[in-house]
Amino acid sequence: MTTSTDHGRSDLESSSLALTRDGRSVSDRGDTVCVIGAGASGLTAIKNLTEHGFGVDCYERETGVGGAWNWRHDRSPVYASTHLISSRPFTQFPDFPMPDDWPDYPHHSQLLSYLERYAEHFDLRRHVWFGTEVVRVEPADGDRWDVTTRSTGGYGPERTSQYAAVVIANGHNWSPKLPDYEGLAEFRGEAMHASSYQDPAQLRGKRVLVVGAGNTGCDIAVEAAQQASRCWHATRRSYWYAPKYVLGRPVDQVNDVLLALRVPRRVRQWLYHLTLRLTVGDLTRFGLARPDHRMLETHPIVNSQLVHYLGHGRITPVPDPVRFHPHSVELADGRRIDPELVVFATGYLPRFDFLDPKILGDDGTVGRPVLWLNAFAPNHPTLAVAGLVQPDSGMFPLSHWQTVLFARLLRSRVTRPGRVAGFAAAVVARAGERYAGPVRDSSRHWFEVGHVDYLRALQRALHDLEAK
Amino acid sequence: MTQQVRIMRGWEWGRPVRPVRREVLDAVPGLDDGRPPLLFVPGFGHGAWAFAEHWLGHAAARGFPAHALSLRGQPGSDPAPEATLRAYAHDVVQVAASLPRQAVLVGHGAGALVVAHALARYPARAAVLVAPVFGGWGTALAALRRNPLGTLPALFGGRLRVSRAQLFGRELPGEDARRHLARLGHPARRAQWQLLFGREPEPAVGDPPVLVLGSPDDRILPGPALTRAARRYGSAPLLFPGMGHDLMLDARWREPVDALLDWLEKEPSRG
Repeated sequence: MTTSTDHGRSDLESSSLALTRDGRSVSDRGDTVCVIGAGASGLTAIKNLTEHGFGVDCYERETGVGGAWNWRHDRSPVYASTHLISSRPFTQFPDFPMPDDWPDYPHHSQLLSYLERYAEHFDLRRHVWFGTEVVRVEPADGDRWDVTTRSTGGYGPERTSQYAAVVIANGHNWSPKLPDYEGLAEFRGEAMHASSYQDPAQLRGKRVLVVGAGNTGCDIAVEAAQQASRCWHATRRSYWYAPKYVLGRPVDQVNDVLLALRVPRRVRQWLYHLTLRLTVGDLTRFGLARPDHRMLETHPIVNSQLVHYLGHGRITPVPDPVRFHPHSVELADGRRIDPELVVFATGYLPRFDFLDPKILGDDGTVGRPVLWLNAFAPNHPTLAVAGLVQPDSGMFPLSHWQTVLFARLLRSRVTRPGRVAGFAAAVVARAGERYAGPVRDSSRHWFEVGHVDYLRALQRALHDLEAK
Repeated sequence: MTQQVRIMRGWEWGRPVRPVRREVLDAVPGLDDGRPPLLFVPGFGHGAWAFAEHWLGHAAARGFPAHALSLRGQPGSDPAPEATLRAYAHDVVQVAASLPRQAVLVGHGAGALVVAHALARYPARAAVLVAPVFGGWGTALAALRRNPLGTLPALFGGRLRVSRAQLFGRELPGEDARRHLARLGHPARRAQWQLLFGREPEPAVGDPPVLVLGSPDDRILPGPALTRAARRYGSAPLLFPGMGHDLMLDARWREPVDALLDWLEKEPSRG
């Protein structure tokens, strides 16, 4: 088996064998698989591919593992107080549980130590080329891939290696999506994206406007309620705010007990609405609009404290801003407010700069890949994207099973080519399929998946691939 | 190899096993030369002490970091009268995942069944099943025939009593045998019940190599059951005649543990 330790040697031996289209030499890495990124999805890709007998080279632009969860990384979106939204059983890798004496919702630093321990336990670091970023990924003959890398920051020469397969695990929470507001350039106060938010000290004593009602927006609004002199929370539409605990248990665990008991979605929605009515009651009382959808129809916002601070008057809900002036912000209802600091918690956009967008089925106009199971590209059987999902639950189990499926697919290419042809046909026929039930279609929901629907689809794909 | 993987575990996600304090005894070699850690899992009625007697120290002396766990309810760990096989498997996976490197799981007796369940959740480096009691009616009837008075109550949810002759060979000095028998505890009722009627273990994840050790003179585990357990993992049992069920406490305890360590040294590591 080839491992990354003989990378240099094989480079010397084979450098004269092949050339890229523009005449650079390519080192042939044989059956080795390339993994892009050593965050949670990349690490589980390395682990599952090596477990299935493949050699792996992973390229990581930073100098440590952990990706988004490593707060030392300049692309990390975590802030000092980030805690998990999904409870432990839904967050951990299925085959490497977190310590059971950890809290239900661990802190981001615990998550990083968990990922570092995962890398240590399964000896994954020896496959990772740290401080190396991927510049280009191009298809080569025979379903192989030419991967061009260089040192992070553009130092040193580029080198191209050819791989049998590629797993893209570069994450999707690092490229800020900034809304284009009229007059924002003239605004004299401070404006920042949530990606630059690190510490509650940045809010202390200021008049703060938080834009966006995702989980990050709600978290920052809650911190502003504690630290800032004033906090407005602007949301375009209204949401259901699920508490982190119901009936004395983490809310997702209660939900999954109901799912395990096969309680229909309608009944679960009714139970949720009942629970919320019995606890917080009518949210419009706090000045929020009534949600225009039922619970479980948008990405869940799990925050017990937001309602608490609304009730204490520490957060003022306001509609979306429409125009910025040098010293004030005009809102959709015509009101004007005068924040000193505006935090845009408006999300992130997935980016694959190193790849021709057409390869992922994106014709370049919408900016959304069209994949089957959010992972497999039509007509590229040796390419997979890991972790391109926005689940209503933890991400790691989904990435784990995606990469298990990919590893088994690659193995089946040798042992059972007939099955692989069936899989390839399914990828073409079912690309773009969604797994979210009747979820509202909005720009941030296109890769939303319900963890149960999605994992069931993965399970079926795995069984079809391996059926006798 | 085709094996059906189970992804959906709604019940386990919704009702995770309650954490308890677990006893783990360690014997670690002075020099770490990168060998995989061993995690010994005792069977019903035993505890980490059963491995601490001889095997832990011996494995460490041969360069393997060795750890033995007391399952919940066993002496040394928190009491758990309502423990199930799922909770036991959870205990094993928790301790295995806490070790610095991918571990080799070694289960003895019903502990081997616990290890088999744990293997469906944790990709072990390798697994060793020592006199594996996988349960079922065959095992119950064999035990009933050899020790009717001790076994009968267990079939009705009572306590299982095992005799000296079931656990040890004739060579073990009577004083030692009495000392070990005095330390035996009682398994949780539900787990004992599940040993008879519980679900089959799911296929192991990560495809670990599995070694099965046993004795043809084991008076708890009938010979065909031993062969059947080995065949599940595509191997044949390695036999140590003249020894009782408790291979790690018997007079010739050194032979099986040396065979186990020799096998690990020969087994090529993956990756």
